[in-house]
Amino acid sequence: MRYRNRMLRTTILISLAIFLGGAEQLPGQTHSDSVITAEAGARLYFAYCSACHGSEGNSVPGVDFRSGKFRSASSDDDLMLIVLRGIPGTAMPPNNFGGSELRAIVSYIRSLQGLHLEALPGDTHRGQVIFEGRGDCMNCHRVNGKGSYAATDLSDIGMIRSIDYLKKSLIDPAISDVPEHRRIRATTQDGAVISGRRLNEDTFTLQIIDNRGNLISLLKPKLKTYEAVKGSTMPSYQNRLSPEELDDLVRYLYSLKGATSK
Amino acid sequence: MKCARLFLCFLAGGSLFGQVSYERLLHASREPQNWLTYSGNYSSQRYSALNQITPANVKQLDLRWIFQAQSLEKFEATPIVVNGVMYVTQPPNDIVALDAKTGRLFWVYQYHSSFGVRLCCGLVNRGLAILGNTLFMGTIDAHLVAIDAKNGHLLWNTELADCNLGYGITHAPLVVKDKIIVGTAGGEYGIRSFLAAYDANSGKQVWRFDAIPGPGMPGHETWQGDSWEHGGGSFWVTGSYDPTTNLTYWGTGNPGPDWNPSQRLGDNLYTDCAIALDADTGKLKWFFQFTPHDGSDWDSTQVPVLVDLDWNGTRRKAMLWANRNGFFYVLDRETGRFLFGCPFVKQNWNSGLDANGRPIPLPAAEGAQVNPGNQGGTNWYSPSYSPRTGLFYVTAWLDTFATYLRAPGKYEPGRRFMGGSYKSPVPAIRRGPINTWTEKGGYGGILALDPHTGKTLWEFKTHDVSDSGILTTASDLLFTGGREGYFYALHARTGALLWKFTVGGTAAASPMTYQVGDEQYVAIAAGHCLFAFALRNSL
Repeated sequence: MRYRNRMLRTTILISLAIFLGGAEQLPGQTHSDSVITAEAGARLYFAYCSACHGSEGNSVPGVDFRSGKFRSASSDDDLMLIVLRGIPGTAMPPNNFGGSELRAIVSYIRSLQGLHLEALPGDTHRGQVIFEGRGDCMNCHRVNGKGSYAATDLSDIGMIRSIDYLKKSLIDPAISDVPEHRRIRATTQDGAVISGRRLNEDTFTLQIIDNRGNLISLLKPKLKTYEAVKGSTMPSYQNRLSPEELDDLVRYLYSLKGATSK
Repeated sequence: MKCARLFLCFLAGGSLFGQVSYERLLHASREPQNWLTYSGNYSSQRYSALNQITPANVKQLDLRWIFQAQSLEKFEATPIVVNGVMYVTQPPNDIVALDAKTGRLFWVYQYHSSFGVRLCCGLVNRGLAILGNTLFMGTIDAHLVAIDAKNGHLLWNTELADCNLGYGITHAPLVVKDKIIVGTAGGEYGIRSFLAAYDANSGKQVWRFDAIPGPGMPGHETWQGDSWEHGGGSFWVTGSYDPTTNLTYWGTGNPGPDWNPSQRLGDNLYTDCAIALDADTGKLKWFFQFTPHDGSDWDSTQVPVLVDLDWNGTRRKAMLWANRNGFFYVLDRETGRFLFGCPFVKQNWNSGLDANGRPIPLPAAEGAQVNPGNQGGTNWYSPSYSPRTGLFYVTAWLDTFATYLRAPGKYEPGRRFMGGSYKSPVPAIRRGPINTWTEKGGYGGILALDPHTGKTLWEFKTHDVSDSGILTTASDLLFTGGREGYFYALHARTGALLWKFTVGGTAAASPMTYQVGDEQYVAIAAGHCLFAFALRNSL
């Protein structure tokens, strides 16, 4: 019985993990497109822009990306030109980005509109306590080198996901089911079962990471069966946590911006 | 039983079991199926005990897979392999984790470097280090980053120096105990280079050795006036480590400005040196300067090869070093004492070495032809030593020359600081599809040197010169590549060509070997791809 409960708990937590690896999808984009754009824009912003503009876009006096208004730009094209050419006579330097990178950065800057972290409910520290404690999140997730490899690493989840998305995903994990990260269950010719999170797949091979963090490459012709387990197995946290605790957890997740340069 | 079945299944592909402890790094030679450091192990012999591929069957080598880098920069990296998982840098600073058997990807880590990067000779990276489950990489914008080897996530990122001033890192770090040792490059921009150790867990600096000593430090007197401030002394390639002496050995780059030594009178320590540092403290134990007061850009950016030799009746802990200045050296690695030296390529800039190994320079008229050329007798690509043959193998540039125009160099932050220019028939670092190399520029060769005499026992001559390092194996095979776009195998005892393969682009990297399951693989980067070979009928 105890074993069964542990299995159930692990399944639940793995679902949480998979769901948190999800991404928002914009109109006209495929799921993969949206993942690439959202992540690329965030990563570029935090690599090149956040040192001056800050993680919320409000660190330069007189410039606040959260307002959605810009002195020298009104369209996305205007913004892209500023990112590319810089603003002479100011600390804003020219940059050497390609077109897709520019679009991704501007997309991310736009996503900051309306963001006011100080006005958000919840407490980051309390959220961390929940994450590392009774939320059981670290049984599947990993943050800053601690936790499990069963699910996606959340060290920079606050960089690539919005607050709204994080909250919705905790309440309804189904919205963040990511096919790319689905769990693979494979059976060898002699009946042994191997399972893990999908990292890569092609016609002939599968690459997965198991719960212990082992990187495993499988040759499909040598497998008896294999399947991607559809759907999220994670339960909703709506009833597992109080609304205040959910706010705490969301705020903590949003605070995770990845390692920064020292 | 279940465990056994799982193990067999994993052999069908690849898997990662167990952390790479310092203990494993110390004894890396005992697990030749893996390649745990840039040079294979701490002695940097780039020699493998694997012997499935032999002179008799090497013609059966087949290309097993190719990894195409998403980059047009030069691919100079040596991969590391841990239990079937290969980690390699995609230039300049992405890391990819591959199934070493199939070449399929597990994950990619993308590093976004600063736009302020200034490196003289390409936005390149030569490899990684690993400790525990963490990978370490130096970046072209002079950061050291730690990456989770299982999922490719960034753990920490430490900035070593300002890339806008020309600082960068191109070599693979060296792990010793719980420290990550890495040095800066950028001598062509007037940097003042340093080597430093960082805590593996936190990324915090533990010790630092300044390659150019500042005021009050020993060696500072070898610099005229304030010339030390922009003295260069880059670290371009990975050093070695001897646990019995607890010393880590590194080669330092040329002084700056490169070609106008008259504005930095003195020996210019510790440029163009072999240095031995206490691995725990970074304290200098000894140094040996190959080219005092260098005016030819002959930096000592060669991998120190550690070998124990019978020397005049006693067992010596030696260090073998074919230097860019055209001399082959044998040093005592416990004391730095000069044991032996002789030319291994044509040279005309000296009348020999004195009893302490210091070259005796000949006066040279302005514009006179100097052998070897600016790129030297050899350069950054790895040599190899085979304990089976007792021979030292080096990629050599033979009969090359250059002429120099020396001019005052004015230091401006982030600008080139060269002190003149040079001319040579040697084409640019990058080669086009048509080989324009002619006899006038000299030629290339793989040399097998007897460490006791410095004599070339055999030479494999190539039309063009090569930027490829050398791997030797326990079956007396020698693998190397070159600018001409070939990857080939020679007999390590005779130099006979046994096998070759057209890789379609310059091989400017050093080969390595590993084993997955029952199969030995040999891998090398060339062009923009990484190639892996294994025997056709090895299973």
